[in-house]
This record gives sequence, structure tokens and C-alpha cells, in this order.
Amino acid sequence: MSEGVKGKGERSCDAGLSARVWKAIGLAALLCAAVALPFLVSSYRVFQFNMVLIYAIVLLGLNILTGYNGQISLGHGAFYAIGAYVAAILMEHMGWPYWATLPVAGLTCFVFGFLFGLPALRLRGHYLALATFALAVAMPQILKYKHIEHWTGGVQGIVIIKPEAPFGLKITPDQWLYLFTLAIVVVMFVAGWNLLRGRVGRALVAIRDHPIAAEAMGVNSALYKTLTFGVSALFTGVAGALGAIVIQFVAPDSFTAGLSINFLIGIVIGGIASISGAFYGALFIQFVPNFADQISKAAPWAIYGVFLLTFVYLMPTGVAGFVRLAWMRMRGIGRISDPHRV
Amino acid sequence: MEAFLHQVLSGLATGGIYASLALALVMIYRSTSHINFAQGEMAMFSTYLAWSLINAGVPYWWAFLLTVAISFVAGIVIERVIIRPVEHAPVLSIITVFIALLVIFNSVAGWIFTYTIKTFPSPFPEQPLFGNRFISSHELGAIGITLAVLVMLYLFFRFTPLGLAMRAAAQNPVSSRLVGVRVGWMLALGWGLAAAVGSVAGMLVAPIVYLEPNMMSGVLLYAFAAALVGGIDNPFGAVLGGFVVGILENLVGAYVIGTELKLTVALVLIIGVLLVKPTGLFGKVFVTRV
Repeated sequence: MSEGVKGKGERSCDAGLSARVWKAIGLAALLCAAVALPFLVSSYRVFQFNMVLIYAIVLLGLNILTGYNGQISLGHGAFYAIGAYVAAILMEHMGWPYWATLPVAGLTCFVFGFLFGLPALRLRGHYLALATFALAVAMPQILKYKHIEHWTGGVQGIVIIKPEAPFGLKITPDQWLYLFTLAIVVVMFVAGWNLLRGRVGRALVAIRDHPIAAEAMGVNSALYKTLTFGVSALFTGVAGALGAIVIQFVAPDSFTAGLSINFLIGIVIGGIASISGAFYGALFIQFVPNFADQISKAAPWAIYGVFLLTFVYLMPTGVAGFVRLAWMRMRGIGRISDPHRV
Repeated sequence: MEAFLHQVLSGLATGGIYASLALALVMIYRSTSHINFAQGEMAMFSTYLAWSLINAGVPYWWAFLLTVAISFVAGIVIERVIIRPVEHAPVLSIITVFIALLVIFNSVAGWIFTYTIKTFPSPFPEQPLFGNRFISSHELGAIGITLAVLVMLYLFFRFTPLGLAMRAAAQNPVSSRLVGVRVGWMLALGWGLAAAVGSVAGMLVAPIVYLEPNMMSGVLLYAFAAALVGGIDNPFGAVLGGFVVGILENLVGAYVIGTELKLTVALVLIIGVLLVKPTGLFGKVFVTRV
């Protein structure tokens, strides 16, 4: 998206400009299709695509942390759970309207993420992956803990009432929630894109690629890394709150370590350090398990694992990288851009 | 006091199991710098193999040895066929491959052997040894076997040419290749050894937690904690870490916060140790040149 147009010679300048126009047209068409979608498919499908949008927000958040900043997290399910519980508790115990819970969920997760980012500063690579994985594994137990049962509802969890469409709109609650989620997705992605394309984005990538050089250039790497953890958790928390509202239910056992692993799979399949990759990854983690289930009822996860292996072998830079490469081949641009660029 | 002693000893026993799985993790980490997330599921699959052999009428110790041998070969095959093609891929792709292996093993085990819980025999007598009241024979045996495996690995790495070659390949692949060590095969051997050690862990833990496809998920987390506490590149540290984690888990569970938050203990332990010593208690500190 932020394909540089300056200082690359005239030909690529032209190519860059027209590519920009094409991209704008493509994005507008996609957005129109996304708005039209809930009126064309069954309400179960609307729910499924709603989940895709929610996962896309999570994957963007995780990608900011893992893809752009190089801090591997296997614990984002925990932040997703915190967001979901904040929304559920505010709606159930405080009587808040559903839309008002999103900023609170986001901010709560930002604080938790920032705090977790502090010890994470000392860890790198595998060690960080394991520490965050431990967080994900411990989360269901913490949510079941009996001294906070009054708020969390213990093992039973909390049931939420599905919000109706406002302003007397003649659409079903499912369709309304989908459109509501879509609006949030647009806001979050524009915010994420703006964050990543400028100074901050460059600082994050610099820290990932060469921490010492980044420090030498005056990037405050400790501050950036912890803030990135916070921002990433914020995205995930907002998505968690949306997820709770859409599913109308939160319980400790929906936030197992498997969820966190799924998120990581999502960004690897979608494409590391790619904004559009969030959508491909979200489609993968929402639909491929169902698809695997249709192929083999006996061992669906084995099929899922085989799919995973196939994707990693065939598209080492994720679906987004593959699409970018195919697009360039089609337009006859010989140069292969840096795979880390958006 | 007696209850306390009992907690410590039974913690020591479960610690032995964490230690042997942690040892398997260290094996792979030392030779390839990867942490194998599928280690627990591989051990679980090996245990099912042993169960099938025993059910087919093979005596326990023969089944034990046969399982270790088959796991060793299977580990080599997995490295050659699945890990090799992504050897130079980014860390995240490799983690994804491990996760894929994990779900495949788990699912295939459930498919072949069903999800019903099975009992797994223990080779040790039911009566406690030496008439003691604190520790069962199986627990004592598990500790003994873990220590025996550790000693054998030490002897292998310290005193055999092959062990030396494996250490060299892990430390400096380029120079090792120049002096004729076949580095690729050394990595494969590392995987084989890890799978073999993991299968021992699986067979030791199965009589305690019962045999089912998800039996390793809890154990693996503690093994991670153990390996990290001890230092992921140090076999002795990993074993010691295993015992420490086992004892702490039991004591904290019994006296401080109750069993429901046991996993959280592992979390706090991991983060606590890493905060103070990011490379574990006995890990080597690597200094990188700018």
C-alpha cells in the first residue's frame, strides 16, 4: 500500500501511480462487496464472515507486534479473552450499551499488554514465545478462579443479549452486527495503516531487523517495544469485545491456548508483516477447519495440519506475499520487492 | 512434617517426568536451536505404540526397548522429511510446522486409538519399595530411569566420537563440515535421540495421567518451564529444572494457592526466572558481536 513512488526512476514512478489508482479502485470495490455481503448470504454465513472480520482485527494487532516488531507472541488469546470479559462484565453487571464497551476493552488490554511487555523486553525469540504461551495456557484457569467468580461467572461464563439494529433499521441483528463490525474494522485498519506507514512503522521494523542499529539511530527501543505490546493488545482486546458481543457468550474454555496458536497460524498463513495478510489469515482460520471437517470426519485436525504444512511449503511468505508476487509477474515488473514491505 | 515430606517426594517424582521431556527439548534445541512444540505429542504417540505392543503380548521391557528404537528412527525420518525443507525458513514458519505436527499427531492418535482413556501398566511393583510410606515404587522408578537416561546421554556426548561430532555440528556447523562431520545427519540424529528420550518420558508418565491423546498438554508446559528454568541449552540444568518445577508445583499447590491455579504457578515461575536470568539458571550467555 505504501509502495514508495519517490526516487525510483520514471518508469516505476508511472507504475507506482497507476498501481495506486488500481489499489484504490480495488479497495473501494472490496468495501462495496463487504457491505453488500450480509444481504446476499444466509444468516449463519453472515455470522461466519462477522468472525472473519473480528479475527482480521486480531491478526492485524498480532502482526504489528510479531510481524513488524519481531516479538513472537503465542499468548494473544489471553488478551482476546480479557477484551471479551471486559465487554461481557460491563454489559451484564453495569448495564452498559454494547458499543460503549469497545474502548474500555481496548484500553484495559492496552494496559495489560503494556505491563506484560515490560518483562517481555528481556526476552527474545523462543523465550518470549514460551512466556506468552504460558500466559495463554494459564488464562482459562485464572478466569475460573473462585475469588473473581462473582464477576466472571466461573466455569459457566456470562451470557449476553444480542443487540438489535438501532434507528429502526429493517435488518436482522446479525446483519447489523456485521455492519457494525465492518465499520470498526475500517477504523482499526486505517489506524493501523497510518501507524505503520510512517516514522513509527519504520522504527518498529528497524528494531526488528537490527536492534542495536536502531538504538544507535536514536530509536528508544524499550519504549517502542512495550508500547507495541500495548497497541497490539489493544487491537486484540477490541476484537475480543466484538467477539463476545457477536457470539453472545463468554466462558473460560473458549479461550484456550489453541486460540492463541490459531492467531499465530493466521499471521503466518496470511503473510508476516503485511496488512492485507490479516484478511487472508482470518479466512484461513475461520473456514479451513470446517473444510477439513468435511474432508474427514475421523481426523479433521490431521487434515488441517496437512493444509498448514502445504501452505508453509508452497507460500513461504504467506498468501499476501504470494498474491503480491503473482500481481507483479502479471504486470511484468521484473523486480521482486522486499518481502517485508506491505 | 510427614505430609510435607510426602509432597516433596511426590513432587520429585513428577519432576522426574518433566525432566525427561525437558531433556528431549534440550536435545533438539542444542542441535538445531529450535524448540519443538510437537515433542509432547510425539511422546504420546510413542506411548500408544508401546501400549499396542504390550497388548499384542510383548513383555513390558521388550516393548519398552522396541518403542524407544522405533521412536528413534521415526524422529530421524521426521527431521529428514518434514523439517529439512524448512531448515532455513524464518522462525515463525518453523513454529507453524511444529504446530502442524502437533495437531497431526494428536488427531491421528485419536483416530487410530480413539479418545477413550486407557490404563498403561507400570513395570514396578504395586507395593512401595523398602516399606516406605512416602513414595510409590513407580515414582521411585521414574526418578531412577530419568537419572539413568541423563547419565547415558552424558557418557554418549562426552566419550564417544559420534557424540563429539554432534556437539561440534551444533556449535559450529561450517567448521564441522570442513573437518568431515556430516552436519545434516547430526541434526537428524539429534531429532532421533530427542524422540527416543521423549518416548521414555511418555511411558513413565502414562501410568500416572492415563493414556489419552491429550495427556501431554499439561506435562509439556511444565517441561518447557523446566527447560527454561534450567537453561535451554544445558541438559543438567533441564533435569534439575524439572525436579525444581515438580517440587514447587506440589508445594505451592498444597500450601499456598490450591490446585486450581497450578498452571498459573508455571507461568509465574517461567516469567520470574526469565526476568532475573533471561538464559535460565545454568544457560550459557551468548555474546554477539555488533
